[in-house]
Amino acid sequence: MKTDENTGPGATAAPVVSLEQAHLSYGPVLALRGATLSISAGECVGLVGHNGAGKSTLANVINGRLTQTQGAVHHRNADPALRNSQNAQNAGIRSVFQELSLCPNLTVLENLRIPYRNMPRKGWRRVARQKMLDALDLVFPGHGIHARATVGNLTIAERQMVEIAIAFADRDREPSLVILDEPTSSLDAAIAQQLLDHIKRFCAKGGAVLFISHMMGEIFEVSTRIIVMKDGQIVDDQPASQFTRASIVDAMGHVAPDEDTSGAGRADRTLGAEVVRAANGLNARAGEIVGLAGLAGHGQAEALAQIYFDHAPKWKSARQPEVVFVAGDRARDGIMPLWSILRNLSLTTLSEFSRKVMVDRSSEADMVQTWKDRIGIRTDNLLNPILSLSGGNQQKVLFARALASSAPIVVMDDPMRGVDVGTKKDVYQMIQAEASQDRSFLWYSTETDEILECDRVFVFRAGQIAAELVGDEITEENILNASFQMQEA
Amino acid sequence: MTSDRLRLLLPVLSLAVLLGAVFYLQPRAMSYFGLNLLFNLAIPVALATVAQMMIIMVNDIDLSIGTFVSFCACVTATFVHDTPLLGYGILSAAVLAYAALGALIQLRGLPAIVVTLGMSFVWGGLAVLILPSPGGASPEWLKTLMNFKTPLVPIAVIAPLVVAFAVHLLIKRSWVGVVLQGVGGNERAMERAGWSVVRLRASAYGLAGLFGVLAGMCLVGLTTAADANIALRYTLLSIAGVILGGGEFVGGRVSPFGAVIGALTLTLAASFLSFLRLSPDWQIGAQGAILILVLAVRLFFVRKEVSA
Amino acid sequence: MSDQTTPDTGHNPLRAFVQKPWLWAYLAAGITFVATSLLAGSGAGSLLYAALTFASFSAIVGIGQMLVITLGPGNIDLSVPATMTLAATLALKFMDTQTALILPGLLVAIGIGIGCGIVNFALILILRIPPIIATLSASFLYQSLAIWSNRGLRIKPPEPLAEFASGGTLGVPNVALVGIALAVCAWLLLERAIAGRWISAIGQNLRAARLSGVPVNAVRFGIYVNSAVCAALAGFLLASFSGGANLNMGTEYMLMSIAVVVIGGSSIGGGNSNVPGIWGAALFMFLIVSMLNSYGLGAGIRLILTGLVIVGVVTLASRKGYSA
Repeated sequence: MKTDENTGPGATAAPVVSLEQAHLSYGPVLALRGATLSISAGECVGLVGHNGAGKSTLANVINGRLTQTQGAVHHRNADPALRNSQNAQNAGIRSVFQELSLCPNLTVLENLRIPYRNMPRKGWRRVARQKMLDALDLVFPGHGIHARATVGNLTIAERQMVEIAIAFADRDREPSLVILDEPTSSLDAAIAQQLLDHIKRFCAKGGAVLFISHMMGEIFEVSTRIIVMKDGQIVDDQPASQFTRASIVDAMGHVAPDEDTSGAGRADRTLGAEVVRAANGLNARAGEIVGLAGLAGHGQAEALAQIYFDHAPKWKSARQPEVVFVAGDRARDGIMPLWSILRNLSLTTLSEFSRKVMVDRSSEADMVQTWKDRIGIRTDNLLNPILSLSGGNQQKVLFARALASSAPIVVMDDPMRGVDVGTKKDVYQMIQAEASQDRSFLWYSTETDEILECDRVFVFRAGQIAAELVGDEITEENILNASFQMQEA
Repeated sequence: MTSDRLRLLLPVLSLAVLLGAVFYLQPRAMSYFGLNLLFNLAIPVALATVAQMMIIMVNDIDLSIGTFVSFCACVTATFVHDTPLLGYGILSAAVLAYAALGALIQLRGLPAIVVTLGMSFVWGGLAVLILPSPGGASPEWLKTLMNFKTPLVPIAVIAPLVVAFAVHLLIKRSWVGVVLQGVGGNERAMERAGWSVVRLRASAYGLAGLFGVLAGMCLVGLTTAADANIALRYTLLSIAGVILGGGEFVGGRVSPFGAVIGALTLTLAASFLSFLRLSPDWQIGAQGAILILVLAVRLFFVRKEVSA
Repeated sequence: MSDQTTPDTGHNPLRAFVQKPWLWAYLAAGITFVATSLLAGSGAGSLLYAALTFASFSAIVGIGQMLVITLGPGNIDLSVPATMTLAATLALKFMDTQTALILPGLLVAIGIGIGCGIVNFALILILRIPPIIATLSASFLYQSLAIWSNRGLRIKPPEPLAEFASGGTLGVPNVALVGIALAVCAWLLLERAIAGRWISAIGQNLRAARLSGVPVNAVRFGIYVNSAVCAALAGFLLASFSGGANLNMGTEYMLMSIAVVVIGGSSIGGGNSNVPGIWGAALFMFLIVSMLNSYGLGAGIRLILTGLVIVGVVTLASRKGYSA
């Protein structure tokens, strides 16, 4: 499948960057395996793949923010004495990521000063203003952004435009490769088109772009070559003309469809009355498993958090809470890092099993032991710190924390990150079993096979519900169709 | 831009309202001598507030600025007066110590609030060692400078504004100020762009030390003597001044003019209350009330801005 | 301070004991105690008695402050000294040296503490003022109230109350008994009560605590009120002990309340508090001053060394992966 030869060293001048069998692992997790590619001047490389396929990891290895654990990364004119990130900067590699790297307290022109380290010191404001406006005019003609405006006061789209313009701006070194990670996510169609036009011009003049996007139309419009990633690997790398939309979706992969379990319990249950309805139309009935699908970061997590906060009191502790939450972003939303497994597991149910002010420690131990066996937490001592567990087992603790309560509604925010296949199946069964006892689940997942478990699915796009699928309509194809903006050329 | 103007407008308005009230109550204050009296201690307070602003700019808080200014005042009233060379040497070392603290805080990821709290003991101890009982004398040139008769408007009003302007040039106009503010705005972005945050934080603390030294010297020039507790109140006054002047605790949002005007407002608030013939008992409390009031008004504005 | 996160698994009790962070505060206190009593020549017994007496005021305010700091970065109560002064002044004025009014006087002090705590938290919650500046500006108000009501007079406490505060039971100062009782309550709260779990959870991760059903506002409210009540109680006892309230009586306790928390081994990052350490640190802070005194060192050196100890402790504690 690989066609590195086309673009390998020697095809053109020295490539801007090339990777040879680059691996990157976080502990036992392989985020990138055996990536081999090179990007030369004049190329616009489109990079596609599901969430978690390793696109951002690859981009971060290319720009030197992450260092490969195996293999090699060569930047043009690299000095082996310097660090990767330094070499990437010297080679003129610049990146625009979704998390903004602007300083909101500074003005637009001052923000150019941050990456432009050796700007002439005399009259730098004039220089910065000119270069900033030149760059904005070049990429987004008619942008209407003032160079003296404070970034914090700009709209998100304007900030994104500033960030992109800074990446293309003329500094001490010419940009040779610009990495754009979902650059159009907060831009409207007309401005996105300006960006695409600029990318084409930039590449025609000998620049290179790595363009990461979920928008198929954009990928096809600008790319000369498309790289498809799946499970941390590059699975396809060919000139854009060799692909069709269907072949890309195909290469990105159906995520292990498992006909044995998917939708197994769906038909058996009778659903009760509606128990949740949010302002955006999201709703669930008693005993129903409702899926929230769509691409990551399209408003599903916010919708779930809103439902939780609407139902959970800030002042009172309910002995029988109405709703419980299973976090997916464990570090941000779930884990108490200083605590033991036991304390982490019992947090939500403390006032349920203790009748008085004090923690009933023997019921606590019983309850935790029961759940340890039931959900299979692999540890020999529940008093060990939570962080001694693997990610998957930490996740099980969070599941148990929520499921142990009697709350009729369970909200799950992509809770299967880093969980192995066997555990996933156990959890699916547990969810089905709980649902048949009239518990409702609101389940946001980025993985299709989990969404296929649901009775009803809301597909989110750009913060809104793009489609509601029921029963047999819940297919991967329908979900993809609703979540990708399939612009027809 | 509008919100930045709004931020500055609020302290200016508070100052104007207070000043108007003072003139209404005591028309005689509307004179050269009266203004001088009203803003008597404004210069050192403004300098100390600027020092605090440097620290708040990089998302930290300095609980030791009051004792540090006292220490500097003691050094000025003794060493600088008696053996100038040694005196200036000590003051320079103090600035370097401040910079080193900034580096230490960044390198080890320490909570600035606790480190500066500890340092407040150290500066206080040094001050007591140097000047166990009130005394010392101001260097002659400093006394002359502080009592310089400027035409039309007294120096107590002009000097803080000059300080504000100079700091504005340094922080808001020069590239150094931009990268220092960048640390408060987005530390990670600074690191990624290859800046040494350790060096930048050390610079911000060094600047704070410098302005603390200046505050101590000016204070001695005005009072012509020093004691180890002379400026303890400055810690709280300076934090309040920065916040009153539109600064935020996080995000590197500070305004030099705002901070200085905030300091002037707090100085004036004390004078105003004495003009009111309100018993001096209420002076501190009124300062607290003014602070709460301004923050409440600001919250009201910010909310409006968000909903608009 | 990550040691404390490793619960003792029972495999090696000795090691687990050595890893207790509060041990160091007691060790330091012990060493300074020996050094002082050897040098001072005065009896070790009277030194211990004095240490227990003076440390108890620091410990009481320290317990309140510790719970606030446990709530996580940014949480701190700077109104401690003003609350102490205000509560002491008003309570003593109310009692007006009448023995019959001792108990109501205590209630007045506690009521003032509750009031200050409510004001503090209202500023934090409703006006969304950062806790540092909220407690600071509120403390200005309390201070003025105290000045206004005190008017420079030194009102004496009722005789029996003064006797109680300076006296002892079975060789232990009464104020120390109060301090120890409070420490035991705080320990029970943190280690055994549901609310203690909630406090620690909020300090570790406020968002995750909310998402786990912790009533965050109620807990934070309780903690700020508690801190003010501790300060009020300490002020009440201190004024009774020292023969009257004066306006500067609280001054040193702002720094002291934070210092004992830090030296006592609680994490400044929140979530992890250490009750026994408070007493160790409070004893240490008093003993180091008396040690330096007995070495004939002046106030200056004492302050400098105290400061360096605080900075040193924080720097050493950070080595084990502390992150702000």
